[in-house]
Amino acid sequence: MTNGIGRAAGALLTYGFLGLMAFLSVFPFLWMALGATNSSIDIIKGRVLPGAALATNVSTFFTQVNAPLVFWNSAKIAILATVLTLAVSSLAGYGFEIFRSRQRERLYRAMLLTLMIPFAALMIPLFIMMGKAGLINTHIAVVLPTIGSAFVVFYFRQCTKAFPSELRDAAKVDGLKEWQIFLFIYVPVMRSTYAAAFIIVFMTAWNNYLWPLIVLQSNETKTITLVISSLASAYYPDYGVVMVGTVLATLPTLAVFFFMQRQFVQGMLGSVK
Amino acid sequence: MVHARRGSIGRYYDINGWLFVAPVLGLIGLFMIYPIVWSLWMSFQSGRGMMMKFAGFANIVRLWNDPVFIKALTNTMTYFVVQVPIMIVLALILASMLNNPRIIGRGLFRTAIFLPCVTSLVAYSVLFKGMFAPDGVVNSTLAAIGVISSPIPWLTHPFWAKVLVIIAITWRWTGYNMIFYLAALQNIDRSIYEVARIDGVPAWARFIHITIPLLKPVILFTTVISTIGTLQLFDEVYNLTEGRGGPSNATLTLSLYIYNLTFRFMPNFGYAATVSYVIVVLVALLAFLQFFAARERDK
Repeated sequence: MTNGIGRAAGALLTYGFLGLMAFLSVFPFLWMALGATNSSIDIIKGRVLPGAALATNVSTFFTQVNAPLVFWNSAKIAILATVLTLAVSSLAGYGFEIFRSRQRERLYRAMLLTLMIPFAALMIPLFIMMGKAGLINTHIAVVLPTIGSAFVVFYFRQCTKAFPSELRDAAKVDGLKEWQIFLFIYVPVMRSTYAAAFIIVFMTAWNNYLWPLIVLQSNETKTITLVISSLASAYYPDYGVVMVGTVLATLPTLAVFFFMQRQFVQGMLGSVK
Repeated sequence: MVHARRGSIGRYYDINGWLFVAPVLGLIGLFMIYPIVWSLWMSFQSGRGMMMKFAGFANIVRLWNDPVFIKALTNTMTYFVVQVPIMIVLALILASMLNNPRIIGRGLFRTAIFLPCVTSLVAYSVLFKGMFAPDGVVNSTLAAIGVISSPIPWLTHPFWAKVLVIIAITWRWTGYNMIFYLAALQNIDRSIYEVARIDGVPAWARFIHITIPLLKPVILFTTVISTIGTLQLFDEVYNLTEGRGGPSNATLTLSLYIYNLTFRFMPNFGYAATVSYVIVVLVALLAFLQFFAARERDK
């Protein structure tokens, strides 16, 4: 009897805790969506009901912000960074795993140590380098330092361990060159690895803030993340407009998450299993 | 053995190996190794803008006498010491609850708790700034359920601003850590738990004596990742507290101070580089300590 009550209390506690945590996790999203429909004053006053200001907020957002250009900038940077990162990282992950040598093994371990380098220690030299190269305020300057990522190389190397060596042997017998084996056999076979890596690298690039903040100085080159930040840091921010911006900036990643949840989680986990 | 492969086949193999890894090594060399070495060199120089001259250890001496640096260091360490343990414990509890197949709707709970990971650091900071406004939704809810009688000055009081930063980071990253633990828990044979349960081991004891020891490698990994992340904190603090580091620098972090030194004040690259090397040393030291502590407990 006491056992039954104890178990019921335990279940209540478990579900209560999980329910509360789930609610707290989701609430800001709800609040963001509701915020886009309310006036700035109502938002600051803590209103959590749908309002009538959606149209006003949206039109103010589109007059204050050159939205197509800003989204194009974000998309351009994110896609360029992702494609280049995936290309060079998968080449290296494959190279380190398939063509092993003692020197490359040493370099690989040294490369993994770069995961501990904080960006703050790189930004001043990088800024000076980009200045000397005349690349300040260009999207190339944003993308270039992000392509060589030890983490993505590590991810591809771990996944390459599952690449069947019979496929390589058969291709060799057929007379394929190494680059052909990589391009025509490895890439198609590993497409789920690419998908997971794509999501993570794209998200990181889309959401990147500190480096673009330093490098991109004119309104014509700014990304959506920078625009939201500057809208919200105005002396009297119009929160309705800010909410429209955050909704629009979050929608792409939210959509990717819901449609590709499995690859999303796989990419986050990397190869830690 | 590599040496046994000498000869034309071995050479072909070796050249291909280098060709595949060369692009990444070149990029990492140019955009990470070169700048980090340059940064070290810079930290021994002083001067304004590009007019720098060798200054020996002057910058390191300056660190000790710089109250703003001490403040930024203390704040960063406070975030690290308070926030990382709270988040890891919370994530562990959630993961072990959701690992129980008898929980109804666990997929839904898992998705909900993971959802914060899709937001950008800037977007959620902006959201939190609005939610924690003086008359905002958080204060009015707390007042309605009778927890507080007057609004908490989240954004303007040095103590509460720090609490807000900790709440915000915990919201964003708990689900992320939970996913790692859930993945690791799936590799543990559930029958261990069944046997312990039948033997009358209570849930908290199963958590402490089975879950935590078995998850130790993953806990270590996530702790190192979170340490590195917390020591580099920038986006949240910049956007929650208007880029200045909050009321009387209460939320200023090392990264934000470096940014201010470089791009806001009269640029002093040398001194900023010295501050950045404090982060490098801290990250290396803490990662080493955590690995060391984990190995000691293994014995």
